[in-house]
Amino acid sequence: MPIEILMPALSPTMEEGNVSKWLKKEGDKIVAGDVLAEIETDKATMEVEAVDEGTLAKIVVPAGTEGVKVNAVIAVLAVDGEDIDEAGEGIGEEAPAAEKAAPAPAAAKSEAAAPVAAAPKTEIAADPDIPAGTEMVSTTVREALRDAMAEEMRRDEDVFVMGEEVAEYQGAYKITQGLLQEFGERRVVDTPITEHGFAGVGVGAAMAGLKPIVEFMTFNFAMQAIDQIINSAAKTLYMSGGQMGAPIVFRGPNGAAARVAAQHSQCYAAWYSHIPGLKVVMPYTAADAKGLLKAAIRDPNPIIFLENEILYGHSFDVPKLDDFVLPIGKARIHKPGKDVTIVSFGIGMTYAVKAEAELRGMGIDAEIIDLRTIRPLDFDTIIASVKKTNRLVVVEEGYPQNSVGDHIANQVSQRAFDFLDAPVITIAGKDVPMPYAANLEKLALPNVGEVVEAVKAVTYR
Amino acid sequence: MATAARKAPAKSRADGKSSGLSAPRPADFNKDEELAAYRHMLLIRRFEEKAGQLYGMGFIGGFCHLYIGQEAVVTGMKMALVDGDQMITAYRDHGHMLAMELSPRGVMAELTGRRGGLSRGKGGSMHMFSKEKHFYGGHGIVGAQVSLGTGLAFANRYRGNNNVTLTYFGDGAANQGQVYESFNMASLWKLPVIYIIENNRYAMGTSVSRSSAETDFSHRGASFKIPGIQVDGMDVRAVKSAGDLATEWCRTGNGPLILEMQTYRYRGHSMSDPAKYRSKEEVQKMRSEHDPIEQVKARLLDKKWATEDELKAVDKEVRDIVADAAEFAQNDAEPDPSELWTDIVL
Repeated sequence: MPIEILMPALSPTMEEGNVSKWLKKEGDKIVAGDVLAEIETDKATMEVEAVDEGTLAKIVVPAGTEGVKVNAVIAVLAVDGEDIDEAGEGIGEEAPAAEKAAPAPAAAKSEAAAPVAAAPKTEIAADPDIPAGTEMVSTTVREALRDAMAEEMRRDEDVFVMGEEVAEYQGAYKITQGLLQEFGERRVVDTPITEHGFAGVGVGAAMAGLKPIVEFMTFNFAMQAIDQIINSAAKTLYMSGGQMGAPIVFRGPNGAAARVAAQHSQCYAAWYSHIPGLKVVMPYTAADAKGLLKAAIRDPNPIIFLENEILYGHSFDVPKLDDFVLPIGKARIHKPGKDVTIVSFGIGMTYAVKAEAELRGMGIDAEIIDLRTIRPLDFDTIIASVKKTNRLVVVEEGYPQNSVGDHIANQVSQRAFDFLDAPVITIAGKDVPMPYAANLEKLALPNVGEVVEAVKAVTYR
Repeated sequence: MATAARKAPAKSRADGKSSGLSAPRPADFNKDEELAAYRHMLLIRRFEEKAGQLYGMGFIGGFCHLYIGQEAVVTGMKMALVDGDQMITAYRDHGHMLAMELSPRGVMAELTGRRGGLSRGKGGSMHMFSKEKHFYGGHGIVGAQVSLGTGLAFANRYRGNNNVTLTYFGDGAANQGQVYESFNMASLWKLPVIYIIENNRYAMGTSVSRSSAETDFSHRGASFKIPGIQVDGMDVRAVKSAGDLATEWCRTGNGPLILEMQTYRYRGHSMSDPAKYRSKEEVQKMRSEHDPIEQVKARLLDKKWATEDELKAVDKEVRDIVADAAEFAQNDAEPDPSELWTDIVL
C-alpha cells in the first residue's frame, strides 16, 4: 500500500497552512528523516520530514499552494517494489485533495485559523474614534499588535519589550516579529524562563521611569508573577502618595486556545479587573488591538493587556493613520440594535457576533457592545444601551463565579433596574477546569446556541 | 570591649578566586568621617527608640520593624554612594530612609499615618518612597524588592548613566525564589546592582541555621557567577570599604556583587515580638561588644577627635531632631478623607 503524506499541524490552533517548497521531487528515493518539504503559517515555517522509506511517487500539493488544510494528502510515497505511477494514481484527483490544493482566498485564510469563528457576517459599525472616510487596511490582530509596539518604540526611546522568546525567536506567537531587527537587543530583551523575576525587573525599570512592555508567553504563566503585578505594580502609586508609579504593560495571550487543557486555558479578565491600580484591556478586533496597545504603552499606569491566541490570525480593517490611538475605558458599539443588548469582550465577541446573525434571521435586532476595556468598565455605554433595549445578555469565556458578567449584571440591576424587562443572563465558560478531550473542551466553552437561547429567553420568544 | 574583633573573619567566597575579590580592610576614617558616621547612626538609633515609644503609646499602628543594632550597614553604604545611586529595601526600612536623607518629620508622620507623612499617610511604616532622593521603598513582600532593585539597575544600564542600585534584603528573604531569578538576570546582563544581604541571624524568629542550607550568604551567588564578600556589618568602616569596592566593581561594568553584612538586631522582629528564640545573654553580648555606635564613639575618644561633652552635644542635637519629628507626627492632621480616592491611577 502506498503511504499518504499528510499536511501536519504546526500548533494547537492551526487548521491550514501553505506548502512553500518541495525539497524532493517525484521519483526521488526517500529514507526516514529526509526533509521532504517546507510548510508555513503566518506564524512559523517548518520542515516536513519523512517517517518511512520509499520513493516519492506523487506530489499532490504543489509548492506555493496556500490554505492547505491540516491532514490533507500532500504527497504519496511508494514503498518496496510498488510502481510509482500506480501508487500515485487517482490520489490527486480526489475531490478533497483538489479542494485543499486550491489557493484559498486571503480572507478565508486568516479566519480559518479559529475553530470557533468563521468569517463574521455582521458588519462592524463605524468606530466614532476613527475619522469618517479613513482608508482601512485588512490586518491580522498579530500584525496590529506588532505594528503598535514598533510605532511606540520608534516614538519613545524609553519603551522596550522583554519576555521569553521575544527577540531571536521572534515571539512564541510571532507578535514581536521583526522588532529585534529594527530595535536591537538593548530594547528587545530575551529573558530566561523566570516570570516572577522578570515581571519584578520590569516593574523596577518602570519605577525608574522606563516604559516596559512585558510579554508573558501566556497569561497562565503570569500566575508566577502575580505578586509583582498586584503588590508592586498596581499599589505603588497609592502607597507612595502619588510620588511613584509603574508605567508598564503586561501583555500576552489569555484564555483558552485549543486543546491545551486546564493549566494553559484560563481567562484572567475577572481576576485582574478586581484590582484597583490596574487597567485591564481585552481587545477583539485588530483595530482595537492596535489603538489600545498604543494607548496602553503611553498610559502612566500598569496595564494588563489580554490577547487571545485564536484571534491572532483573524483579520479586521485597521485605519491607515499615522498615529492611531484609542481611548482606554471606552466600549464600542460593534453593531447597533434595538431589541436586546449583548455585551462581550475579547474572544467572547465571536459568539456574540455569530449569535447576532442567527437572531437577525429570527427577526431579533440585537445590539452588540464590545467592552474593549474591562477596567475601568464603561458602564455609561452599557446602561445607555439597556435603557434602549431593556434586555441584557453578557458573554465571556472565563469562569462563571465572580465573572465580569456577574459584576455587570449587579451594576445594571442597581443603576437601571427600572429599565429591565427581564433578568440579566450571564453566559460564561463552565465551572470546570478546561478538559483536554475535544468534545469536553467544546462543552466547557460557551457556544453560539447558548447565546441565542439566552436572547430568546430575555426577549420572551 | 567596643573594639573587639568579630568572630568571623572577613573573607571572599563564591567566585572570589576568578574575580580576584576579597573583603577589603576597614576604611581609615578621618575625623570628619568618624563624626559623620557617629551622627548618622545615632540619628537612626534615637529615631527608632522614639518610634518604639510612639508605638507603645498607640500613635503608630500596624507593624513596626525597628533597625536598632544594624545602623552601620546603611550608614557605611551611603558613604560609598554618589548622586543618583538608588536604594531599595523591604520593610525594616526607617534606617535606610534616614540614611538617604529623607526627612525625619516625613518618615515619623508616615508612621503615625498623618497627612505630612512621606506617602501622605497612605503607605505606613513599610511603604515609603522618594523619587527625589532615589529611595524606591519600602516593600512589604519579602523578596519582591530584589527583583525590583534588579529592574532599577536594568534602567541604569539601559540609560548608560553609570549609577548603581543598592538592593537590600535579609537572611530570610535570601531563601525566596525570585532572589535567584534576579541573580541570574543581573549576572547575565551585567547589571550594576549590589545585593546587600543584611544577615541579622534571624528571619523573624527562625535562626539562620534552622532556615538555610547554606548559611554563608556571600556564597549564594555562586551558581550565577556573582562574587560575594562577608563584611563585618557592625563596623561602619568595614561597610564603607566594602561599599567602595562594590560600587567601583559595578561602575566598571563587572555586573552584580553580593555583600553579606553580618549584623544583629537588638529588638524583636516587630514590636509584638518578645524574641524568645534567643537568649538575653546573646543580645547583651552583641550590644556590649559590637555595638556599631559605641565602636565609633570609642575611636573618637581614643584618638581625642572628640570629647565626651562634644559627643553629648551631638546626641542632644540628634534628640532634638527626633523630638521635633515626633512632635510633628503626633500633632499633624490625619489625611483628608478625600485622599482615600486619590493616587489610584494617574
